[in-house]
Amino acid sequence: MKEEIIIAGFGGQGVLSMGKILAYAGLMGGLEVTWMPSYGPEQRGGTANVTVILSDAAISSPVLNSYDTAVILNQQSLDKFESKVKPGGTLIYDPYSIHHAPTRTDINIVPVDAMEATFELGSSKTYNMVLLGALIKVRPLVTVDAVMAGLRKALPERHHHLLPLNKDAILRGMTLPAV
Amino acid sequence: MEQEVTLMKGNEAIAHAAVRCGVDGYFGYPITPQSEILETLEELQPWDTTGMVVLQAESEVAAINMVYGGASTGKSCMTSSSSPGVSLKQEGISYIAAGELPALIINCMRGGPGLGTIQPSQSDYFQATKGGGHGDYHLIVLAPASVQEMADFVPLGFDLAFKYRNPVMMLADGIIGQMMEKVVLPPVRPRRTDAEVALQCPWAVTGKPESRGPNVLTTLELDPHLMEKHNIHLQEKYDLIKANEARCEEFHTDDCEYLIVAFGCVARICMKAVEEARAAGIKVGLLRPITLWPFPADEIARLSRQVKGILVAELNAGQMIEDVILSLDTRVPVHHFGRLGGIVMDPDEILVALKEKFAL
Repeated sequence: MKEEIIIAGFGGQGVLSMGKILAYAGLMGGLEVTWMPSYGPEQRGGTANVTVILSDAAISSPVLNSYDTAVILNQQSLDKFESKVKPGGTLIYDPYSIHHAPTRTDINIVPVDAMEATFELGSSKTYNMVLLGALIKVRPLVTVDAVMAGLRKALPERHHHLLPLNKDAILRGMTLPAV
Repeated sequence: MEQEVTLMKGNEAIAHAAVRCGVDGYFGYPITPQSEILETLEELQPWDTTGMVVLQAESEVAAINMVYGGASTGKSCMTSSSSPGVSLKQEGISYIAAGELPALIINCMRGGPGLGTIQPSQSDYFQATKGGGHGDYHLIVLAPASVQEMADFVPLGFDLAFKYRNPVMMLADGIIGQMMEKVVLPPVRPRRTDAEVALQCPWAVTGKPESRGPNVLTTLELDPHLMEKHNIHLQEKYDLIKANEARCEEFHTDDCEYLIVAFGCVARICMKAVEEARAAGIKVGLLRPITLWPFPADEIARLSRQVKGILVAELNAGQMIEDVILSLDTRVPVHHFGRLGGIVMDPDEILVALKEKFAL
């Protein structure tokens, strides 16, 4: 098993932390993991993306030219990464910030209304966890338990009172994809 | 705590490893993409636990000279920076090499020349392996290719530095520094006591006891005959290091017809290219130098007799390729593939380059 994932959107949407929690969840599930962020000024207001690789064997390149799964949160990222999903791969996107929907027919395209769900949950900071829930529903790479264990590792203890809120967001996200 | 597997960035792993390995002092100045080393050390607050000094100096020049001073007393001292900052440190590094002092210097490379870019690069290969500062000297240069090696090369670097009384450089890059992977941190070893330092480093300036004359550490010698003698001594030491410390990793080289040579993050990218090439029926292997100086010349020589061609892949315009060509034992075509200025190649580009250069 090996899954090569790109998560891409605006800086501030929680792209890097979503990747980090996914990586921690992989670690908890006994997998090899690599988390490779874009870094630099583009993180502040511009686009941000992170490559996460989960594998049951040693991981070679942290740098990839195609992906099994893409989680896309804005138009720029869709324009950049739609063509880089492997044939037969999965593209999850939030229509909220997309003007031109993806058009490929050789990949599994999954729209997820994560922003709307986040508004209903009442905490915009859970946006990335809603998406993570959708991701693990569509691609069951890690369990909810592993994600929660990963969250406990990734979040400083002073934020642990937010764990239930995050779990709600993940579970809500899991209900969104039309699978 | 001992064997726990954790997830962290390469830069963070260096900081954790430094505290666990009983390093006495870190002196640095922030610069992307390695600022997490200093930041993590500040978070760990080792001055309260091991007594390690962590200090943000007023400049890179100050930081390397603090290392010079600390190393003169036999303490294990380190600094870190990225390319433009490491250029600033070069005078101090030359002095530390001339004074035969142990120290660990980390360069988490970014694209140059000049202030350049903050994105990853390997364009300081020449600077790290051929001198960098003035004079005939060498650093031992370690090239980590994973977060685990970022952690492991801290104790290894200090072991080599003290064994040979020679500064060691860990030549990393923005990718290895910024990415997170699983890591098992090195075992805890306490900081050495003053008595242990005195025993291990009889040359150190620690205060003159009645029993001996003063220890003098200087890099100035106005008598050229004595200076030549010092240089000859240094060269004999470098020969010893060359004979004993060259390290590399080989990947699918047993039956390879073509060889890729790459270090650091590029070696990781090439591993995937090797897997893809083999799936397409091309017998490719990879040699990853772990020490860039001393260079694993014997292994390159052996493989040069076996293969039809060699591709050297680097994030520069062609630097390590010179050492590869110098290491050949027979005439075999050697080509270079590089990306410049902070752009990182992907595995497909390596495969395309391999096919193009050797008409496969």
